Amino acid sequence: MSTAAKPAYTPTEMMTIVASRALKSSDVCFVGIGAPSAACNLARLTHAPGITLIYESGTIATKPNVLPLSIGDGELCETALTTVPVVEMFRYWLQGGRISIGFLGGAQIDRFANLNTTVIGPYDKPKVRLPGGGGAPEIATSCGEVFIIMAQGKRTFVDKLDFVTSLGHGNGPGHREGLGVQTKGPTRLVTDLCVMEPDAVSKELTVVSIHPGVTREQIAENTGWKVKYAAKVADTPAPTAEELSVLRDLQARTKAAMQAK
Amino acid sequence: MAKLLSLADAVAEVLRDGDTTAFEGFTHLIPYAAGHETIRQGRRDLTLVRMTPDLIYDQLIGTGAAKKMVFSWGGNPGVGSLHRFRDAYEKGWPQPLEIEEHSHAAMANAYEAGAAGLPFAVFRGYRGAELARVNPNIKSVACPYTGEVLATVPAMRLDSAVIHAQKADRAGNIMLEGIVGVQKEAVLAAKRSLVTVEEIVDDLGERSYNATILPHWTVTAIAHVPGGAHPSYAQGYYKRDNAYYEAWDEIARDRDSFKAWIAENVTKKGPEAFAVHTRASDKGRG
Repeated sequence: MSTAAKPAYTPTEMMTIVASRALKSSDVCFVGIGAPSAACNLARLTHAPGITLIYESGTIATKPNVLPLSIGDGELCETALTTVPVVEMFRYWLQGGRISIGFLGGAQIDRFANLNTTVIGPYDKPKVRLPGGGGAPEIATSCGEVFIIMAQGKRTFVDKLDFVTSLGHGNGPGHREGLGVQTKGPTRLVTDLCVMEPDAVSKELTVVSIHPGVTREQIAENTGWKVKYAAKVADTPAPTAEELSVLRDLQARTKAAMQAK
Repeated sequence: MAKLLSLADAVAEVLRDGDTTAFEGFTHLIPYAAGHETIRQGRRDLTLVRMTPDLIYDQLIGTGAAKKMVFSWGGNPGVGSLHRFRDAYEKGWPQPLEIEEHSHAAMANAYEAGAAGLPFAVFRGYRGAELARVNPNIKSVACPYTGEVLATVPAMRLDSAVIHAQKADRAGNIMLEGIVGVQKEAVLAAKRSLVTVEEIVDDLGERSYNATILPHWTVTAIAHVPGGAHPSYAQGYYKRDNAYYEAWDEIARDRDSFKAWIAENVTKKGPEAFAVHTRASDKGRG
């Protein structure tokens, strides 16, 4: 890698593009802001034109032309099929089991894909007070399954979370079921280095695919637990020219709109 | 019957020291002008309730108006932290701040229960979530029909609610459009309410049969404040000023630059300063 030519895309672009590939046109997806939003809209603009994107501000089947900075930008409402009150969003649509995929990010993740977006350090005496859970605690348990997108690093991929904001696979097999949760939980984690999925038996996140140019050493250096690998690990296909140009166009449009105000 | 007042008189009438109050809005229609008037009038000991506290709560907290915040997501959306909130909570400046933290689903359900006059809200939530360990208000109940264990939170009971809307008519009926958040629930869950509006019209005009309307007898006071949601936005009037949200990060990071900003932009100004944020093309609307 060090001697090879620099790839024509950034690790963040790679992550966003790989995450977008996991989505299908038939999905109904609850979208978090930031990286999930970029991935979901890239999917909509490439291979999944029929995807239903839902933002917790109440916008259903929204087709933003530019990426929203907040979860409730006017762009989301103007391009939505309908906008419902927030109470209805959480009661009828999320709790009602009408959303197939929740797409989340986080500040910390552990090997069972539990997420922390609440606090670094003790809850009552935080080192860093983060914004909090927002919709995530119920997205994690009410959506059919959950995809997670997060850049990998030792401080974010930790052995033990400082706080469990939203449930992944808890302590392992049977934990979700024991709490009465009937949805699948996290089924896929996309990072800037690799793709992980929970092992069918242990529920522990396991590397199933490695991005081009990334080594197992790099993955180990950026993970706070001993990483396990699936029996067969694939090479993640590099971004296609189309994926890259659609993503870059989307981001250029977003930037231009921001400056034009 | 809603009274049409100046913003200063409306805040004086509706918002009192020690209130449990919500300045609601989900990104859209955030009542910034009313928040600034609250700072100018020096309200103290407020319990600030909101699902998504953003810059206006950062400003209220940083000027010492609040003793507690009840919330489910407290950040600068798409940008990062609320530095004044963090400084108060982590370091006690300018005074200590208590928090009560929930998920969005819990807050939304609590507002609905408050609007419905119920004592508590029940929902399928908080499963495996650690907030239930640190917030004693999160409890559970077994469904009497199926036995399913469900989460409960107390209904939201507010002394006052403050929102911004697009229009009021002369009778004081309020219309909101676009992302409507939990504003209707907040007003109905409050003893007193204040609505600032972009415009006051003779008639609300053509609208969907299902438009979001707060009838005049549900609202205490209305103040006409064009641009009053800036840097948030008013659908159909002006866009969200995303550059302002990004600039706030730097302003709020430092106590002195924050104080200077408040002195310049809040203390020395009045509600009329917001009118410049209404785009020229919108000025003749209505």
